[in-house]
Amino acid sequence: MTSLYEEITPTSSDIPIKRITLTLNGESRTVDVEPRLLLAHLIRQGFKLTGTHTGCDTTNCGACTVLVDGTPVKSCTMLAVQADGHDVMTVEGLAGPSELHAIQEGFKDEHGLQCGFCTPGMMLTSKALLDRNPDPTEDEVRWALSGNLCRCTGYQNIVKAVLWAAAKLRDDADGGGEG
Amino acid sequence: MYPSRFRYESPKTVEEAIRLLTKAGGEAKILAGGQSLIPMMKLRFAAPQMLVDINGIAGLDHLDFAVDGSVRIGALCRHATLERSAELKVRQPTMAAAAQLVADPIVRNRGTLVGSLCHADPQGDWAAVMVALNGELIAQGPSGRRSIAVSNLVSGPFQTTLAPDEIGVEAVVPVPSGVPMGGYLKLERRVGDFATVAVAVAVDMQGSSVARAGIGLAAVGSKTINAIEAAASLEGGPLSESRIAAAADAAAAVAKPRSDHRGSAEYKRHMVHTFVVRILTRVAASIEKVA
Repeated sequence: MTSLYEEITPTSSDIPIKRITLTLNGESRTVDVEPRLLLAHLIRQGFKLTGTHTGCDTTNCGACTVLVDGTPVKSCTMLAVQADGHDVMTVEGLAGPSELHAIQEGFKDEHGLQCGFCTPGMMLTSKALLDRNPDPTEDEVRWALSGNLCRCTGYQNIVKAVLWAAAKLRDDADGGGEG
Repeated sequence: MYPSRFRYESPKTVEEAIRLLTKAGGEAKILAGGQSLIPMMKLRFAAPQMLVDINGIAGLDHLDFAVDGSVRIGALCRHATLERSAELKVRQPTMAAAAQLVADPIVRNRGTLVGSLCHADPQGDWAAVMVALNGELIAQGPSGRRSIAVSNLVSGPFQTTLAPDEIGVEAVVPVPSGVPMGGYLKLERRVGDFATVAVAVAVDMQGSSVARAGIGLAAVGSKTINAIEAAASLEGGPLSESRIAAAADAAAAVAKPRSDHRGSAEYKRHMVHTFVVRILTRVAASIEKVA
């Protein structure tokens, strides 16, 4: 069991520590946390999964987006204790054991990233969109991604990547039947 | 950034939450969506000694449409639920218009309407909408429930008339006096930014005549502004060009904008006028189309 208590609060405090259990990328994890620990820090410092990026740390940029019970959430704006009993998915949970997720393939094929900093958040928001709406229009993709900021690409290729992934996933679901 | 230390409680009932608030004696904050509170705590603008997380309380996430036309929104009903509700577009188009403009899509997955009302940010979207709709907040405290008109809820920037041991459990939009129409327009520099100016206009129509009107203004004063006279000038007549212009003049007159990096006071006042005209002109056009 990991304890993040000492790391963040080296001095003694009378604030009770909370023991939480969450599912992280399909695996059950139990950890002791101080209430003020943010989910982003639990993921990055506690579980050493650094794919979740902290960008602005002020709820603006969406780089720290993870899926909580399948819904995109800014992990810098949720307490780790609030993840108790919930299912959390980070970018590390996207790919299968041997192959990339269609969204990752899309970002690669359509050049949907340059520096890559916003990419994990972009891909997880896209995953939630495609889970809910497998055949989105370009406008719907732009709308869904409007809370994720990218300072490199101008968004053009990100939108193309998501539409590419949507087509691929639909194709796979049809057993590759059509074109 | 970390918030200051706080004790964390996650009660399973509203009654238990109220007991915790009473025990904390005004030093506790309620955590619902947390999309305003957590950033403020990280910036140390807020440093409550206790957070009472109500997300584990069952029965607070409802969005109920009554047969009489009233709408009830539970304390854990997220903006995204309102944004995706097809029924809301018909039942309360002013709310549906606002739901898609609150913050950004990811924040809307967690943030709540009731939380927005209780947070009382002068730039908040929902207070303006609820003022226009004559909405109420149902607050529950140790001695039971009471209803507070949203126009009386906000007492100043980030200040409300809620007692420290009261929880906003539900918002209620009353029965409309006709066919509910209206809109919400918001000027923002980019998605997710706070409003430079935002205007909510709600009109209940009986045929081509306005039976009831409400106009709420956000971000143009130290608290949400209820443009009572502007709204009253619309009632009892059709949405003619001259009546729309008169209401827009009256709404712009009660705005108290300040010049800042988002724009000059003159500009913001002008935008209040523009938004009132734009919303009501659209409503008038849609009525004509039906007729």
